[in-house]
Order: sequence, then C-alpha cells, then structure tokens
Amino acid sequence: MAILTRDDCKAILDKVLGFSKAEGCEVNLNGSTIGNIRYARNEVSTSGSVEDMTLVVQSNFGKRLGTATVNEFDDASLEKAVRRAEQVARLAPENPEFMPPLGPRAYGESKAWFESTAAIGAEYRAQAAAGSIGPSRAKKLVSAGYLEHNESFQAMANSAGLFAYHPSTEVEFSVTVRSEDGTGSGYVARDVNDADRLNTGRASQAAIDKAVASREPRAIEPGKYTVILEPAASIGLLQNMLNAFDARQADEGRSFLSKVGGGTKLGEKIVDERVTLWTDPTHAEVPESPWAPDGRKRDKTVWIEKGVVRNLYYSRFWAQEKEVAPTPFPVNGLLDGGEESLDELIAGTRRGILVTRTWYIRTVDPQTLLYTGLTRDGTFFIEDGKIAFPIKNLRFNESPVIMLNNIETLGRPERIQGALVPPMKLRDFTFTSLSDAV
Amino acid sequence: MDRRDFLRLTGIGVGTLVVPVLGRPSGLLGATTPIPTADKKQLADVVLNAARAKGASYADVRIGRYLNQFVITREDKVQNIVNTESYGCGVRVLADGTWGFAATSQVTKDGVAKAAEQAVAIAKANASLQAEPVRLAPVKGIGEVSWRTPVVKSAIEVPISEKVELLMEVNAAALAAGANFINTFLFLVNEQKYFASSDGSYIDQDVHRIWPSFTVTVIDAESGKFKTRDALSSPMGMGWEYMDGRASEKVTGVTTRYRNAYDMKEDAVAAAGQAREALSAKPVEAGKYDLVLDPSHLWLTIHESVGHPLELDRVLGYEANYAGTSFATLDKWRSKSFEYGSKKVHLFADKTQDHSLGAVGYDDEGVACRRWDLVKDGILVNYQAIRDQVHILGENASHGCCYADSWSSVQFQRMPNVSLAAGDEEKSVDQLIAGVEKGIYIIGDGSYSIDQQRYNFQFGGQLFYEIKDGKIAGMMRDVAYQSNTQEFWNSCTAICDQRDYRLGGSFFDGKGQPGQISAVSHGSSTARFDGVNVINTERKI
Repeated sequence: MAILTRDDCKAILDKVLGFSKAEGCEVNLNGSTIGNIRYARNEVSTSGSVEDMTLVVQSNFGKRLGTATVNEFDDASLEKAVRRAEQVARLAPENPEFMPPLGPRAYGESKAWFESTAAIGAEYRAQAAAGSIGPSRAKKLVSAGYLEHNESFQAMANSAGLFAYHPSTEVEFSVTVRSEDGTGSGYVARDVNDADRLNTGRASQAAIDKAVASREPRAIEPGKYTVILEPAASIGLLQNMLNAFDARQADEGRSFLSKVGGGTKLGEKIVDERVTLWTDPTHAEVPESPWAPDGRKRDKTVWIEKGVVRNLYYSRFWAQEKEVAPTPFPVNGLLDGGEESLDELIAGTRRGILVTRTWYIRTVDPQTLLYTGLTRDGTFFIEDGKIAFPIKNLRFNESPVIMLNNIETLGRPERIQGALVPPMKLRDFTFTSLSDAV
Repeated sequence: MDRRDFLRLTGIGVGTLVVPVLGRPSGLLGATTPIPTADKKQLADVVLNAARAKGASYADVRIGRYLNQFVITREDKVQNIVNTESYGCGVRVLADGTWGFAATSQVTKDGVAKAAEQAVAIAKANASLQAEPVRLAPVKGIGEVSWRTPVVKSAIEVPISEKVELLMEVNAAALAAGANFINTFLFLVNEQKYFASSDGSYIDQDVHRIWPSFTVTVIDAESGKFKTRDALSSPMGMGWEYMDGRASEKVTGVTTRYRNAYDMKEDAVAAAGQAREALSAKPVEAGKYDLVLDPSHLWLTIHESVGHPLELDRVLGYEANYAGTSFATLDKWRSKSFEYGSKKVHLFADKTQDHSLGAVGYDDEGVACRRWDLVKDGILVNYQAIRDQVHILGENASHGCCYADSWSSVQFQRMPNVSLAAGDEEKSVDQLIAGVEKGIYIIGDGSYSIDQQRYNFQFGGQLFYEIKDGKIAGMMRDVAYQSNTQEFWNSCTAICDQRDYRLGGSFFDGKGQPGQISAVSHGSSTARFDGVNVINTERKI
C-alpha cells in the first residue's frame, strides 16, 4: 500500500460524512505502512511489515458524544461505524464541555514526506542492520538494535466543512552495543524524516566507541555533580516538563505552574534566562503536522522565553472558559542553545560527569516535577577537559525546573526524538544511589 | 504505554483521545457473541494446509477478535465512551528452521491462505541470516478444546447506562467527601482467540479482563500544595462481578483493601480523606526502615524485580536495545545456590490462578498452562521460557507463557503471573506490624523505576504509615525507597499467611520492538523487609 493521497482521503471522508444522521460528525483517518528489523546478539531476531489504516468517527447530538473506530473500508463497514458512534452518542449523558466541530481554515506548510524513506524495503532494512552488526562483530562486541520506518498520512474532515491532510515519512534507529565481558555498553539513537540523512554504520560507531570506552567502570559516590547531558539524556526530562504545561491543571491548582493563592506562573520567570523553548510544526529539521487532531492550526508557539513562561496549552473548552486563544498541545520541541559542540563542552569542564542516556524516568512528585531515573550506556567522569574514566551508572532524583536553573552552558542543538535539543552542562545534578547495571 | 500515559491522554480533552486499537465498530446486541467455532476451524485448516503445501515444518494460526470498551469521566462529566473491535488472523510458521509471520484483516479463505504463504516466504527469506535452526519443545496435539474465563457476568455486555451511573455515583461521593477533583475510568477487554497448530490442536478461548480506577486530587488553597490518591483496585481476570463490592472480599485495617470484589465508591471516599490527610502528614526522615508492604503495593516490586529479570530471552540479550538485560544470568541459575532472597522467599510463576490477568487454558502457542517455581527457599531455580527456549535450560516442555497482544502481532515470551507465596506459619498483618520497631507501612503503588539489569530500583506508593514500637503512629508523606534487588529480597524476614493473599497487577506491561502490551497479575500477602533505605522526596522549585 502506498499511502492514500489527499484526494483518496477526501473521497472516503466525504462518504463517511454522507452517512451521518447526527447534528455533528468529525472523522479522522490515519494510515501507515511500517517496516521494521530487530537484531540482538549480532543476529536478526525479527523483521516485519505492517499496513494499517484506522477511521475514528465522533458523532454528537447536542452535547452527547459517541466514538467508534473501524479498520475496514467497504461501504457497509464505514456506514456501520457511523451508526455505532451515533448509537453510543444517543446513550451517552450530555457532556457540558463538548465543543462542536471547527469550520475550515488554512494551515502552514510542513514538509515531512520524503521519497527516500517511502521507498525503503526489506533490502534497506537488512543492509541497515548489517551496517551496525558487522562493525560490532569485528570488534568482538555484541550489538542489539532496532530500525523502524514508516510512510504515513493523517486526514480529517467534519460536518462544518473542514478538511485537512498531512503525509509524512520517518525512520527511527537505535543500537546498544555491549562488550563481551558485559562491563561496557554504548548507545546511539537517530531519527530522521529523510532516509538519505541516516547512515546506520556511521551512527553505530559512537555506540561501538562507547562500548569499548565504558568497560570496567569505577564506582563514585552519589551526590550533586556537574553533568553534561547529551540530547538523548535530557530529552525525557524536557519532554515531561513540556507535557506538564497544561493550562487547566495550572488553573485548577494542581500543577507545578500553579501559584499559591490562585492563578498560574504565566508571565513569570521559572528558569534561567538562557532558556527559550518553542515549538513549530513547519520547522524544516523537525516537521510535524501543521494541524491538531481536532482541526486547530498549530502555530509557532513560544512556551518559555528567556526563562519566562509565555504560553500554556488549552483544550478548546478551557480556552473558551478563560477567554483566551486555544493553544493546542505542543508537538516537536526546540530548545535554543549556543555554538559549542559536545567535545567543546567536555573540553571546558574541569570536573563532571558525561551522561549519554537516561532511562526509566518516572514521576516522583508532580508538585515540583520531580523525576527519578538512571544513567545508561556510556557514563564517564571528566577531569580537566578530558574523559578520564568510565563510571558505574547512577540513579538520579531531579526536577527539570531545578535543572534548568542550574545551567552552565548550552551547546549546539541537534535532533533527538523529533525535537531539537542542545547538549547541556548543568551544575548540582542530584544522583542519589549507585547502580551495578551495565 | 504505561498507565500514566493512558491517564494523561484522557486528560487532554474530548475528541483527542488516542485509542491504540483498530477494527470494526462493535454494536450492542449480538456484537459480543463469538464467531462460530466451526467457521474458525475451517479457516484454520485452510491456513495449516497452505503453510504445509509451501514447505512449512510447523505452523500455527490465531484468529482473534479483540473487543475493548473505555468509559472515561471526571467529576460530573462523562468525557468519552469508546467501543472498539479488531478482527484478523495471524500466521506463524517454521520453514528451513526459521520463523516467519504474516497477518491479515481479510479473514476469508483466500485472505488467510495468502497470509500463510507470505509467512512461509518470509521464513525462507530470513533463513540465510539464521545461525542456528529453531528448536521447538514438543507439544502433543489435543484436538478441539475450549476455555473461558469463569466470569459470572460479562462486563462488556452490561449496559452503558449502568456503568455511567456507577462512575457518576463514585465521583459524586468523592467530591462530597472533600476531593477537589476526581478522574475515573473503566477499562474492559474481551479477547476471543482461536488457536490452531500443525501439532493437531484447535483451541477456542474467551478471555475477559476488567480494570476500574480513579485518581482523586485534593488541594490546600493556602499553601498551594496538592496531593493525589489513586484507587486501590486491581485489574482482574473477572467479569462485572468484580464491581459488586461484597463485604466478604474486604480486608479491613488502617484502610480497606479489596480481594476479589471492589467497592469503588467506598474507596473513592476513603481516598478523598486520605489525600487531605497527606497534605499535613509528617514528612519522612530519610534513613533505614523496616518496610511492611501491602499486596496492593508489593505486586509492582515483584513485577519489576522478579518478573522481568527472569524472562529468559531478556537474560540472553534479546531485549538489550529496549529495557535491557538481566542480572540473573545463567551461571547464577546453574550454581543452584544463588540466593535471590531469604529462605522465607518462595516466588512462583503461573497462568492458572483464579481471577488473575494471566489465567488462560492454553498460551498463544497451544501449550497448556501451569505453575512452576522461580525462586524456592530463596534460591533461583528457574526462568520463564517458551517452546523455542526451554532446551537452553535442558528442559523438554515449554512453561506455557507465550503471548501476542493482537492477531497482527507475533507471539513471544511474556511474563506469566509471578507471585510471592504466602507464609507457611500463621501470621496476621497486625501480628506482623506488632513486631516492627521503626518502620513504614506502604499501601498502593506509586512511582516505580528500575535500572536496565534490574539491580537498582526506587518505588513510591499511595499511602504511608509510620510504625513505631509495633503500632501505627500516623500518616507520613514524601516517602520513596531505594534498594538493590538481591539485597531487598534477602531482607525479607516475615510474610503473612494465606488469609491475607491478594492479587495486584498491570494491564499494560510493555516489551519488544515494536512494542507489545500484556496483562499480568502478581499475588502476595503482606510482607516485611528489614533495613531498607528510605528517602524524602520533597524539593523546592
């Protein structure tokens, strides 16, 4: 299946809306062709391809809403989906927060689809795996990795006349390389929209180098340390923080952005003035759909500007309650940085810890946005501007808010998990216990 | 997707709920009636014949119909009601000593035959990359059998209005009891799975699961502090009877907990009061404490520190690129003397416990389910392994814990129920607490985090009570404990008897790339662990 074109989607969506007997109807159609290859112990373990399409129908009678989904597209199945959504809507109680479908509007241009990725097949996957396995085996290391690529589309239409379509392609690659004695491990992850920009062999080299360099790590005392977080180490914490910019939670007094006595920290400085965090679906490096699943336009939005909270995200209902613009949930994340490379950050550090990756991050306290997690796959002690020796992994308990108040330097941003994040040097990062895990 | 991801998605608002399901919409009457077994057998035989004709030495087929229902509410509003159905056929074959898999939503004779042929083609294509041929432990064909979760009343068939009424009652009660906010949901699953294999088995199973839950939030306007308390329910392999809250299934004490029936309204009212109490509770002083862990909490510690590290494929390195490997390497098992825990610790695996999430008649490769020991008298004695792995352990029969979360995903080794056996000697929770001088009693599960080899972990909880000189001295807050798996289980000095035994569990255990989910239960009785490191999690921002 090549993905459905804009016209294909419109035809299906118009047909579905044509079946509707409800006051309002909104239909989302998403589909993708996904290929993957997984390897472990320097061998391919699984490989597959999945084609899938889902239609979600939301029907409303007044403020009564029902939802049904389907993955078959003959007329009878489509009509049944509409009838089921209507059936549930008739039985559902009124939801006073229901918002009717939005009318048509224009969106920005976002180039997220690339022929190079759409053309990927089994051959590419096998080669991508080989490009990683071969060099690992040659160095007597054990690689375990995963490559997944997709060609996808999102489309929507509603009874108010709105129609939107967005095609995209993406490749995600990650590899964990371990030493045969089990004392060293390195990791690399890459994500691109354009497959031509990914070379798994070259990417794997960093994981191979770290697997070798991290063997026989030394234990150091937990405590507060200066750290350099590679983008793969900070992304989890930053993503969690941005996800917590929910206006309603803040207004309701149950967010780290709530203020004592009422109100929110909108307009207040919460982190270092070097922090500017924004999102823009049309950004060429990290493109996303320029529209949200309910049809709202995704504009460039600045969430934190020079340390000050500038925006929160709203449901349409809550924005109406608060009489503000309904800023939708953020996608992609761009954190401004400086000019220095990771190597330059290391060279400028007298004493600190380089963290490649963080893992198993979970909320400890939503009041302070405290998270716990661990370092993983390449943790090193820096002395006088050089990597001095590998260290055992550490558990941390830290809040991204505190972290972003302790900035020493922000380096040059690079792409990680669909965001642009700089390597960052921070002081007083809180490690609370030692782990024997490699 | 873990539970918190699911809850966060529902908080975004009506219309943006992302539902990880696909398939035809389910209607009301008749929609939950399973497809006739004879029809499925016919299609299964088409698959098995097609696979054999193309050169498969083994083949299995799963024709699955997966029904889900979500009811999501907050305070006095129903945010969304979603019914989904997914129907399709997945075929797995062995050809040239290599696995191949293909799946289709076209469940017709032509459609499934094509899937069988595709699976064989994939197996043969991958054969050149295969270092060693797959070795399958034998399974004797059992002909046509069926199994059904012994529900009293299928939850999916209960009218929506009754479910909405219950959740609205629960929410209203919580608000009246002082909660500022409450988010409540009901999640129901029905897997209608037909399995057939070239070994000569035709297994028709009807599996039911239910999970009601809530989060209550209480805010102190003056200080700006807020606290939450999640439900003390467990996801169960049960029908609507789980919701009847009968008194015989309640465990009373410092707060009521629930065995095989849940009183959601009572729990929500208790939650409101306890979240308020937590706001002014005594902050814990960091240090070493003896922990008394309720089954509603301990299940998660078992899951992370015992369930996962003993998955054999994880030990061998197949999950290295995702959640990592395991400290419980084969040499430790071979020694027959690795002290995983104290002599009181007996951990077992099964897919048979009544009312559990893991209970089925046969796993997803047609192996009859049973129970086996993982840790006996504290010593590591076994792992969890399936047909193509048990030979590594020198065994000849699969443990029976193979599972795929959909007709469209390939079955692989998943955690069975993993439980801590109740204590042999008579011991009640009160007696256990009476023996503790400086301790913390933890009820309910909270934050959880463990490293990539399952050594270092940190856990939170829902309720924390200080124990001083054998008595509960009051509520505490900001508690989390950090430990190392082997140290922790070796510090287990007492376990209550069978009277206290209860199941906890997860609806959303994740494993594999691409990821699959699986539901799993963990049983235990209240247990004591000595000298565990406790931290205070309060910070200022």
